[in-house]
Amino acid sequence: MRVLRLGWLFFKLGSLNELQYRANFFIQLLQSAVAVGTAIVVLALVYSHTDELNGWSESELLVVLAIQILLGGVIQTTIQPNMQRFMEEVRDGKLDFALTKPEDSQVLVSVRDVRIWRAVDVLAGAGVLAYAVAGLEQAVGVGDILLFVGLLAIGTLTIYCFWIVIATLAFWVVNVWEIMELFQGIYQAGRWPTSIFPGWLRFGITFLVPLAFAITIPAEAVTSRLEWSTVALALGFTAALFAFTRWWWGFGLRRYSGASA
Amino acid sequence: MSTLEAGEAGRLRSYFDYYLTRGRTQIQVNFQYRVATYMWMIGMLAEPIVYLVVWTTISEHQGGAVQGISTGEFAAYYIVWTLVRNMNIVFTPYGWEWRIREGELSAALLRPLHPLHDDIAGFAGWKVATILLWLPIAAVLWIAFDPTLDPTLLEVGVFSLAIWGAYLIRTMFMSTLGMVTFWTTRVSALFELLIALELLLSGRLVPLPLMPDWAQELANFLPFKWSFYFPIQSLVGDLSTAELLGGLAAQAAWIVILTALTLFFWRFAIRRYSAVGN
Repeated sequence: MRVLRLGWLFFKLGSLNELQYRANFFIQLLQSAVAVGTAIVVLALVYSHTDELNGWSESELLVVLAIQILLGGVIQTTIQPNMQRFMEEVRDGKLDFALTKPEDSQVLVSVRDVRIWRAVDVLAGAGVLAYAVAGLEQAVGVGDILLFVGLLAIGTLTIYCFWIVIATLAFWVVNVWEIMELFQGIYQAGRWPTSIFPGWLRFGITFLVPLAFAITIPAEAVTSRLEWSTVALALGFTAALFAFTRWWWGFGLRRYSGASA
Repeated sequence: MSTLEAGEAGRLRSYFDYYLTRGRTQIQVNFQYRVATYMWMIGMLAEPIVYLVVWTTISEHQGGAVQGISTGEFAAYYIVWTLVRNMNIVFTPYGWEWRIREGELSAALLRPLHPLHDDIAGFAGWKVATILLWLPIAAVLWIAFDPTLDPTLLEVGVFSLAIWGAYLIRTMFMSTLGMVTFWTTRVSALFELLIALELLLSGRLVPLPLMPDWAQELANFLPFKWSFYFPIQSLVGDLSTAELLGGLAAQAAWIVILTALTLFFWRFAIRRYSAVGN
């Protein structure tokens, strides 16, 4: 409860700050429109040469794309700005200010920043998702939707854990920017079902960068191809990763000696 | 030799010296930070690998080829793509925006040399480092994806020129766009729109024959395909000698056109510039 209240407080503060710059909303709107438009054109182009991609129809792949855009919006709104700020603060020693506050340090570094205009992508993703679901051949039941929402929440948690694990490396290596760039590139692979990738790549985007858990598995719930064993795997993996993340954060924190006076 | 001619020759020589020195310094910088440069290059591999996997899947589904392009040819296309994409990384309009906002341009204007020379020479040096660092990456991709590639000597020659043509076209295109930042500092939306257009019409997304006919027609009137599709195709495809040499000529024409545009806008832009910063 305390965690949620803290998160909400920072969210309100951050939003008020961002609301001062309203023109940014329109720029973000244009940028999102271009990005979503391009992605849909790419999909149309692919399906002008084939009618299915490894068993996925165009509407089904649109579901995957929608989830990728939506989750991308969540990452850009909250996860990434916080992690960037954290890494910068390790470098200039400002992290001391967060550590001396009487709250859990991991929670604090995870909720301090918010870029609300980037949430345009969340809405865009939700819109595309609604459109894609309407085009699906098989009906989507209430159960599927609940399962999807649950799996998406779990998937978001895995992505958050992944970021914390990588960002914590900043305690050892000061410059982890390149790894972040790497994530941006790899995240684009999440637009396609993981089953089309050759084995070694599929392993990478399932367990090293957990895109399969974050995007493909929720998409499987919507397109009625989910097996219960997959749900169990997702739950188990996320629980294990979360536990590891908690330990890893504490382990990294002990390395931190501060860079300020 | 008249004094005028001697002066002209001396000027050219000093340009040459400048480019050589600036380029060489940049090569050293990139080798010094080779791990960072490498990480960055590997990050860029995700995009072509995704395209390659998607088209390989379709090609195998359709019995080994899409529109006459075989699985092995797709592999060759996207492996050469990785080098051409690197040659296409140049000083962006965001760079111009930064340069103006931070007042960096004021310092650059004090030099007895157009700031463009510095961009061209510096990035060219980086490209030399990139090409050398790319070779091992290409070898790994070659083993992983088994491309069909069998170029003639002429094709290799044209390709080695065409990648530099591509570099100059992209540089001048981005500089032309960069001039817009003298009027507004919010270029991002316009810039991303053009990048999206370029993605589709340059051959970066797919080999152009996979695009609808009208899009291919449109691409003929734009510079994009000459900085992406043509260099790749000169090595990977089966172009005739006339097409190869004609392509280089088209590249040269676009370099001249875009340079002229940049210089034209520069004259107005620089009058608008009011210095910021130190």
